[in-house]
Amino acid sequence: MSDIAHTLAHTLERPAAPFDVERLRADFPILARTVHDRKGKPGKPLVYLDSGASAQKPRQVIETMTQFLEEDYSNIHRGVHFLSQRATDRFEAARGKVAAFLNAPSPDNIVFTRSATEAINLVAASYARTFLEPGDEIIVSVMEHHANIVPWQLAQMAKGLVLKVVPMDDDGVLDLDAYAKLIGPRTRLVAITHCSNVLGTLNPAKEIVRIAHERGVPVLLDGSQAVVHSPVDVRDIGADFYVFTGHKLYGPTGIGVLYAKMDLLKKMPPYQGGGDMIQSVSFAGTTFKEPPMRFEAGTPPIAEAIGLGAAIDYVESIGREAIAAHEHDLLTYATRRLSDIEGLRIIGNAPGKAAIISFTVDGVHPHDLGTVVDQYGVAVRVGQHCAEPLMDRMGVGSTARASFALYNTRAEADALVDAVQAVKEFFGA
Amino acid sequence: MMDELRELYQEVILDHGKNPRNFRHPPDANHEARGENPMCGDKFTVYVKLNDQHVIEDVAFEGRGCAISTASASMMTEVVRGKTEQEAKILFETFHDLCTKDEDEQCDHGPVDEEAMEKLMVLSGVRQFPVRVKCATLAWHAMNAAIEGEEKASSE
Repeated sequence: MSDIAHTLAHTLERPAAPFDVERLRADFPILARTVHDRKGKPGKPLVYLDSGASAQKPRQVIETMTQFLEEDYSNIHRGVHFLSQRATDRFEAARGKVAAFLNAPSPDNIVFTRSATEAINLVAASYARTFLEPGDEIIVSVMEHHANIVPWQLAQMAKGLVLKVVPMDDDGVLDLDAYAKLIGPRTRLVAITHCSNVLGTLNPAKEIVRIAHERGVPVLLDGSQAVVHSPVDVRDIGADFYVFTGHKLYGPTGIGVLYAKMDLLKKMPPYQGGGDMIQSVSFAGTTFKEPPMRFEAGTPPIAEAIGLGAAIDYVESIGREAIAAHEHDLLTYATRRLSDIEGLRIIGNAPGKAAIISFTVDGVHPHDLGTVVDQYGVAVRVGQHCAEPLMDRMGVGSTARASFALYNTRAEADALVDAVQAVKEFFGA
Repeated sequence: MMDELRELYQEVILDHGKNPRNFRHPPDANHEARGENPMCGDKFTVYVKLNDQHVIEDVAFEGRGCAISTASASMMTEVVRGKTEQEAKILFETFHDLCTKDEDEQCDHGPVDEEAMEKLMVLSGVRQFPVRVKCATLAWHAMNAAIEGEEKASSE
């Protein structure tokens, strides 16, 4: 059982905390809208099951960002004036919130990036390309998002590295024995997702790290999906690098996070050059700031970082265990109802998985399914989900994916089931 | 709501989507190109047999795609067979306008087979579904690439 699954199971043993989903839904203005309105006639209520691609934003995030822009906005780390100090304080407070959210030792372990993708690219450029030699190996898994494949391939091309791939079984469970065997004398880095964006599999992060550390190999975990669905403690997991993005965590786009251990950050050279990351610049030679500033060249997404801080406050105010338990209920319910549909196949059945359901329906292409359920107001993602190797592994060209968030309800799972039934009738499948 | 869906998925399209015509790999094809839509993972290979007079003697396709892209590929193979390279190109450009532009914005790309265009009219429903335009034009891009001697096309 993965460590998160363990936490979840533990959580479920306790009496369920009151989780008032209707009250929480009222925090998300967009959930009140209808879609496909025609000639003044209201269309269908929005059933948003695409939070795995990007989550909707609560009023608390929207208002915090608006208030910051209206009252405290300025550039940071530069001016001596009143607003610059205010903005800097709020930006750095957001860094502190992220550190606490991950249980990082210090805010200095947190580098703000524009996205999880940029965070991985940062490690690929600054760590892998600097410290790895031709013939050195990086291990990824078959269930990675393209963002945790392509940056390593670019490093591979630049440095003559070798990329090895951890397989999984048909349920979407990572093959840990194969993983352990893949680690060899030339392995220099492991980069694996904490939670698959397609399968929902929560990988046993702590075990993955333990196996790698036994051989002295550092580990990067892509937490973009995991942080949304469960508590994450980077110190307990032992990850050397941990990345996630703000917009899937009910925060704004344009803000991502790289957590890294300080000894690694200290030895890594800058990723990009520019303002705010230097100690002193001269044409004889430039010196750089200490981490994390060394990795934050240029004016960062200030309002977005503060918005992410507000999103974390929001999630923490509800409680990550409570959210996980609610989502687990939705997952169980939706899985059962979808499984009753003839010809529907769920892709990814790992025990303890997160509330992400990828599926195919016999005789209906996912793209056609997506178009038709959308007419019923149901928003799902269809396609390859930026995970083409995984699609190939599962023997499908593409899937439909329903991903559940804290604001979803059983009634919305029912709406999905009804819409899929309508699809089957429509296509005579 | 359902009207627009019926407009998009007309019976002809559902039929071609389920039972695509010329879904094969002709051994004597002398041109081929792959068409890929990276967003949805649809992949087609279009095979063309061009003779010395630049006439398309045979055209067929293989691969996987949604109802729209499969139907469009299937119907394409029916209407471009026997056409010259030039006629096929005009048909492609006229069809592309049909899928992407309102009637008053569609251009004259040259003398076009009106009967073929009439058949292809059933695909014009994609105009109401902009993200599906790429589905309808995928095989056509591949056919065009095959004739032009390119290996790969994308409807991106």
